[in-house]
Amino acid sequence: MENNLVIETVDLHKEYKRDEFQVIALQNANLQIHKGEFVALMGPSGSGKSTLLYLIAAIDRPSQGRVRVLGQDLQQLSDKEIAHWRNEHVGFVFQTFNLIPVLTARENVELPLLLTNLSKKERIEHAETALKLVALSDRMTHYPRQLSGGQEQRVAIARAIVTDPALILADEPTGDLDAHSAQEVLTILTKLNQEHGKTVVMVTHDPHAARYASKIRYLEKGELLPEGSPPPA
Amino acid sequence: MAIPFSYNFRNLRVRKTTTVMTALGIALTVAVLLGIMAMVVGLNVALQATGHPLQMIVVRKNSNSELGSQVAREALLSIKYKDGIQKFPNGEPMVSGEIVRVINLPRKNNPEGANVNIRGLSQLGIEMRPGIRLAEGNWFEPGQREIVVGQSIALRYVNAALGDTLRFGRGDWKIVGVLDAGKTAFDNEIWGELNQIASDFNQNETLSSVLVRATDPIALEALKNSMADDQRLYLDAKSEVEYYSQLTSSADPVKFLGVFVAIIMAIGSSFAAMNTMYAAVVRRAREIGTLRVLGFSRGSILLSFVVESLLLSLLGGLFGVLLVIPLNGLKSGIGNFGTTFSEIGFDFRITPFIVLVGIAFATIMGIFGGLLPARTAAKQDILNALREL
Ligand SMILES: Nc1ncnc2c1ncn2[C@@H]1O[C@H](COP(=O)(O)OP(=O)(O)OP(=O)(O)O)[C@@H](O)[C@H]1O
Ligand SMILES: [Mg+2]
Repeated sequence: MENNLVIETVDLHKEYKRDEFQVIALQNANLQIHKGEFVALMGPSGSGKSTLLYLIAAIDRPSQGRVRVLGQDLQQLSDKEIAHWRNEHVGFVFQTFNLIPVLTARENVELPLLLTNLSKKERIEHAETALKLVALSDRMTHYPRQLSGGQEQRVAIARAIVTDPALILADEPTGDLDAHSAQEVLTILTKLNQEHGKTVVMVTHDPHAARYASKIRYLEKGELLPEGSPPPA
Repeated sequence: MAIPFSYNFRNLRVRKTTTVMTALGIALTVAVLLGIMAMVVGLNVALQATGHPLQMIVVRKNSNSELGSQVAREALLSIKYKDGIQKFPNGEPMVSGEIVRVINLPRKNNPEGANVNIRGLSQLGIEMRPGIRLAEGNWFEPGQREIVVGQSIALRYVNAALGDTLRFGRGDWKIVGVLDAGKTAFDNEIWGELNQIASDFNQNETLSSVLVRATDPIALEALKNSMADDQRLYLDAKSEVEYYSQLTSSADPVKFLGVFVAIIMAIGSSFAAMNTMYAAVVRRAREIGTLRVLGFSRGSILLSFVVESLLLSLLGGLFGVLLVIPLNGLKSGIGNFGTTFSEIGFDFRITPFIVLVGIAFATIMGIFGGLLPARTAAKQDILNALREL
């Protein structure tokens, strides 16, 4: 059971100092997510969902507490090691897609592979495979501005999975999408979870989106509510 | 592997107006510097190549040039019999007494004219300058009002071609030949027979200078010293090579001004590049954050922005080189106010070295302009970067 743990946070605490004020974004979060789970993080705005996700992705460092992801204690890694680690193990999907506007769909997807030892030919193959998985084989040479929001987000997902990471983190991936595109994106995430065995953690406001997850965890005012709690009012 | 160049290229293309403006600023800066260098190199070629390493020019003590100098004709005899002087096969010492005067001639692009050196010399003097040959025509005949003009004169002055007649001194002189002095200072002179010139300019008692060739470098030094030490002769001797290269110093103020302007412009252009790059860093904050999330290190972000600034400045450098290339071979002249009163013609020379200097100069501007913005980009916190719009 222990080796099945993909994410484990222990008394995770994060506060931001803003001017004189201290904002407690997350307090004493103890979260355990197992391999193959698809977890939705929900809660009101400002409840600390993104903060938690960033700490798991080691994009931010905790004020206190520990994060262990895929057997790695993140606080033990230097900035440089973390960059490398994230490239290899974590795929991150943003609400705003964040594709590089001057690169084509395929080049965007190829980007993370530039940090690997793959040859140019292999990189292109991998990128094309990833784009095929999100059903965008016919859009490889398109630039982001030539794509719809839904297509952009699917390219972003292809970019997140191209290095074949075990963990996919998504911060409101459907937040900027219409219902139809949102459904496509959720279907892809579900497929990645069920057919490819990826562990998925998705922050969302949308109860409809959360239904795709195998488990929902709620946050409120920086606190992670116990498993099985009803949604906060 | 780092962030690919194509990413930077395309970003430069996306903001093409800013890119072109910034690059043009850099281009002008490079052009100013290279223009000056092309002139200096051309001038150096014209002057430094002049002269035989074993020869010296003897002038009156404290005269900086042949023009201001007077050497009594009798002195020529004392010089001739000094030790260490090379001899022609027929036993004649290699010593040539010469007269140099200056006249004003109308130039093709300047009717007010410019100063030109007239040199009166004998057959000996011609033979002591082995680098010189006739491009056209013949040498002047003794006793005739005939002259030979340097190539540069023939090209740039009015009525100065082979067969033309120039009026100076006491009357007309026929141009019977054109000198090819291999772009040395003699290309800017008019030569005539010593005695003809002497009588035309009423200078029968004195010479302007005496050209002497020593047998070897040691003898050259010894001769120079003995010349300077002879109180009775009251003469100074300079090695011929030294004499001509010292004339380049007349271009020093232009050189200084040019380099000064280029440096000021370079600082301006660096700031322009910096400004452009700062704007790019701000505009692409979210992109930078995203790249970091994908696993690119601070180092590769830094490198990427420096590379982008470099590409920008290299583009400018390239423009700059293209701007000055038409100068190559362009003929120009510069007055020698300091030491002689004549004008030295020279060709602008864009050598591969000059092109390299231009590119290097642009590179330096690019690095200076890019480093600080790139550092800002690299130091940015990922989360703050992602929050930017
Ligand atoms: N860099 C920061 N500086 C100061 N305060 C911050 C910073 N980032 C987050 N916070 C604060 O931390 C708290 C949690 O923020 P977080 O972004 O995690 O909320 P969230 O649950 O993702 O909200 P939303 O649903 O609106 O995205 C908020 O009160 C926020 O204002
Ligand atoms: Mg959030």
